[in-house]
Amino acid sequence: MAEQKSAQSAGLFDLRLIIAVLFAVYGVVLIVVGTAFTSDADLQKAAGININLWSGIGMAALAAVFALWVRLRPLVVPDEVPADNADGVGGH
Amino acid sequence: MSVLAAADLRLPAGPLDYALLVLYFAMVLGIGVLARRSVSTSLDFLLSGRSLPAWVTGLAFISANLGAIELLGMAANGAQYGIPTVHYYWIGAIPAMVFLGLVMMPFYYGSKVRSVPEFLRRRFGKGAHLVNAISFAVAQVLIAGVNLYALALLLKLLLGWPIPLSIVIAALIVLTYTTLGGLSAAIYNEVLQFFVIVAALLPLTVVALRKVGGWQGLLAKVTASPGGADQLHAWPATNITGIQNPVLSVIGIVFGLGFVLSFGYWTTNFAEVQRALSAKSMSAARRTPIIGSYPKALIPAIVILPGMIAAVIVPEMEKLKAGDTGVGVQFNDALPLLMRDLLPNGMLGIAITGLLASFMAGVAANVSSFNTVFTYDLWQDYIRKDRPDEYYLRVGRLATVAGTVVAIGTAFIASGYGNIMDYIQALFSFFNAPLFATFILGMFWKRMSAAAGWIGLVAGTLGAVSIFVMADPKLLGVLDLPGQGASFVGASVAFVLDIVVSVVVTLVTRPVPEEQLGGLVYSLTPKADRTHSATGEDAGWYRSPVLLGTGVLVLTAALYIIFS
Repeated sequence: MAEQKSAQSAGLFDLRLIIAVLFAVYGVVLIVVGTAFTSDADLQKAAGININLWSGIGMAALAAVFALWVRLRPLVVPDEVPADNADGVGGH
Repeated sequence: MSVLAAADLRLPAGPLDYALLVLYFAMVLGIGVLARRSVSTSLDFLLSGRSLPAWVTGLAFISANLGAIELLGMAANGAQYGIPTVHYYWIGAIPAMVFLGLVMMPFYYGSKVRSVPEFLRRRFGKGAHLVNAISFAVAQVLIAGVNLYALALLLKLLLGWPIPLSIVIAALIVLTYTTLGGLSAAIYNEVLQFFVIVAALLPLTVVALRKVGGWQGLLAKVTASPGGADQLHAWPATNITGIQNPVLSVIGIVFGLGFVLSFGYWTTNFAEVQRALSAKSMSAARRTPIIGSYPKALIPAIVILPGMIAAVIVPEMEKLKAGDTGVGVQFNDALPLLMRDLLPNGMLGIAITGLLASFMAGVAANVSSFNTVFTYDLWQDYIRKDRPDEYYLRVGRLATVAGTVVAIGTAFIASGYGNIMDYIQALFSFFNAPLFATFILGMFWKRMSAAAGWIGLVAGTLGAVSIFVMADPKLLGVLDLPGQGASFVGASVAFVLDIVVSVVVTLVTRPVPEEQLGGLVYSLTPKADRTHSATGEDAGWYRSPVLLGTGVLVLTAALYIIFS
């Protein structure tokens, strides 16, 4: 088996950061659309809720949580460890 | 399926919506490219090098099951039957997921097998292995085809793309990232998909609930709609089973769906188990299905609920529900119709992205489990043994391409069925129900013989097929079981038949020598090999599989009490 070798290479990029980036972009775009480009017809369609704005805020918050998690528990790529203890993409 | 609906369903997507969609696909392909750098062996490619943390494998575990068919089909069930649909999420998934994590995972992960069929080979030898590896590979390609077809229909209806074009584009995207990055890319994308799907459906549900007049408004409208107040109580679910007697209906749900179908699917379906096998430790592997079970218990709120609301506020759905089949929509259109009526540009783009993401989750799971079984269980075991690892890495990549191409061809088998869920359930009952019976006997009864392994599987599958043929009105039609009742009965028959045949065959054949069964059978595996470490990354009471498993069972029981 080639497990020793993969222990170092797996998790070279941090999934949490990718999630944070995607939702940061989505969040900002939706907040801008929600505050500056929302017509009365849009509001009426969504039962009176400015759904773009609120969803944007929610997604920005999600992005912040993931960014904070990356910050507090950065990804460790161990040099030489047995496969069983390999540290992947952050803890739980 | 009706093509009349095309004009009615076209979503008013604008440039902004397309931009959000394109951004998502760029990220998905980027993950494939990044993951490629960490692939150097076949184990990296086909099993992520057994290195992933539990929260990643847990969310991938649930996301692999959250395909387009699951979403559209369950929203359709919600629109058609109401709250009884929760059985597919609660009794039909949670107990089996906890059982997989607590009872079965020590054998799967502990024996270091690379696939579910490989476990069968070590426990029962070649007969059972070959039966299972082939039936699994065929089923995965069929289901991948169903998923592709569902996506093509969706793209045609939502965006007006022609079916052949959308099949090819979608297949190419899945193919690109799974051939590049293997299972890691598939799993990382599944986690991303999970969040995008939630980000798409949660706002849709909030708006829909406001539109229908809140929870009280929904109760009033559903009670007044065709189907009445039965749709607001989980039990006895006679509308789902098609069994008129309430007691028999509950037995059908509990035994057919909750025990046989659900345990068969969740505990032996390699497309699911593979996610847990790629975890970095025994503890993480055991937690994988249990972490996945928490979102599973809560997802009905953003799938079934919007389905139910669509049935009472979308004019076309109301007509369909009243029995008017000439409106050009079907229950599977519940979510897209709701998106069309409620979401402004911006959120609409996210919602479309979420639906497409869920489709890709399904196909990627099918393809990435197909290529593992094909490479390790068929090619390496029966066709070309003892080649260097790079050879099998290449076979794995080629199998990914071949599997996707075949899936495009099978996409059209699905077209004959109005409610896609019936078709999928029928497939599962053929393959999964007998498999669970064989596993459970094999893991706990050391006497069970090799011959019993494969003969039991074949007998069970034949049993399920005969029920399907007898119940399908297009075939024999001698059993009167409309809806999904036929799959429940078929699965139960397959299970019982498998057990009976296996026991009888075992009694007249020689058992497998005990020294070959260490790590595979409960009584022959030392307790130390079945337990996981609780130190370092696995320390902490909140990482205890037993505690997490108990927690989700309590949550599910509470949800059942609220919605009984």
